[in-house]
Amino acid sequence: MDTPPPGGRPRPPLHPAAAAGARPVNQPHPMNQPHPTGSSGHTRPADLAALMQQVERGDKQAFSALYDALAPMVFGIVVKVVRDRAQSEEVAQEVMIDLWRQAARYRPEAGSVTTWASTIAHRRAVDRVRSAQAAADREQAQAAREHHTAFDEVSEEVETRLASEQVRRCLRGLTELQRQAVTLAYYGGLTYREVAQTLRTPLPTIKTRMRDGLIRLRDCMGVTT
Amino acid sequence: MNQHASDVHGLAAPYALDALDPAERAQYAAHLAACEACRQDVADFRATAARLAASVAQAAPELMKERTLAAVDHVRQLPPRVHAAAPVPLRGVLRRKALPMALAASLAAAASFAGLAAWQHQEKQQLEQRARQSEQRLDAVSGVLAAPDARTVHGRAGNGALTSVVASDLRNRAVFTATGLPAPPAGRTYQLWLDHDGTMRPAGFIRQDGTVLLDGDAAGAAAVGLTLEPAGGSPQPTTAPLLLMALPA
Repeated sequence: MDTPPPGGRPRPPLHPAAAAGARPVNQPHPMNQPHPTGSSGHTRPADLAALMQQVERGDKQAFSALYDALAPMVFGIVVKVVRDRAQSEEVAQEVMIDLWRQAARYRPEAGSVTTWASTIAHRRAVDRVRSAQAAADREQAQAAREHHTAFDEVSEEVETRLASEQVRRCLRGLTELQRQAVTLAYYGGLTYREVAQTLRTPLPTIKTRMRDGLIRLRDCMGVTT
Repeated sequence: MNQHASDVHGLAAPYALDALDPAERAQYAAHLAACEACRQDVADFRATAARLAASVAQAAPELMKERTLAAVDHVRQLPPRVHAAAPVPLRGVLRRKALPMALAASLAAAASFAGLAAWQHQEKQQLEQRARQSEQRLDAVSGVLAAPDARTVHGRAGNGALTSVVASDLRNRAVFTATGLPAPPAGRTYQLWLDHDGTMRPAGFIRQDGTVLLDGDAAGAAAVGLTLEPAGGSPQPTTAPLLLMALPA
């Protein structure tokens, strides 16, 4: 059941002691370019970190470049969780404003700018659906049945619309339960208790599968922090 | 005990996926401050989740950029967080040991709560207010720690908890920190006291391991006390102190 993902690397322990320094730095950081916008839409991590330093000092031009680099991801994950486009736009815009507001609180040692932004975006999206859900729960006790429709839609969409081939391939490398546990939580915005309930699986099992699933994804995608 | 510890450790994945209930989330955030391995797990898992986010990226609505850029003109940027670990001129014990670990850990926890609250959307104003209070509290705590006349005493409470007090006459404030504080019995609460000329004045509460800024004037206080009181607290101590730490003049 727990066969390694196709093409995946052997699974190292969760804390590779010395691997942290092995981040590829093949392109030098452009110190003399004030706004490395990367018109191709692909802004390198080092560029984003440099942009952040400028945004932190209130540089709006740098923020505009940061916006271009991050807005598609921010909007994408918010839509994935919230579904409703009008609400998603509202939430995504709040997230982008929050990136401006909190720029000085970004700590490079805790992760990349992309990770920081996606963490804030996902959190806000989840807050939005949970508060909406709480309101709905108060009004009608049928919420549970509605959840089921929502879950099915989520899984289906995850199957069919994942943009990235690598992520799709790596998700396929998970066991069914691992994949469900990760995607229902992350794309579906469910708590792990709700995930356990939905999959009719004991809580400890869900916790383990969620963790194993993430470790496998991490290794399959070659994520380093 | 072990069951509980492994329970907490197992929460890195749901934490990184925002899949915890608010109470568990806060609990885990506090745990993170003291667990280096967990922080690495969370960093790994968040970076992994970021790939999941990137894989569903799509063009944002056109007008959103214009609106965002217009909006930030009216949004004040938060100042950088003052790092608790930064070298600050402390006197006495603190000079050699840097910050006591527990204190630094609770500061980190408080800082992550501030950030957390700032991210919440629901009950926005209330949460923003809480974040502001958190920040103010952190500033106040940092102010005491960084005060040129800061002095530290360490103690052990009757129930085994390890405690430290950092006090500054200049700031007229004192900070109390505890680790290994057992949960109070039902209907009871830990209350802190400042001893002024033999009179114990209420100085606030501590619910669990962590750091609190004591209420009231710290300048001139002779000691800090800790008692168990009925929930809600008492105007003066009603039980024998679990701890009485004399503050050096």
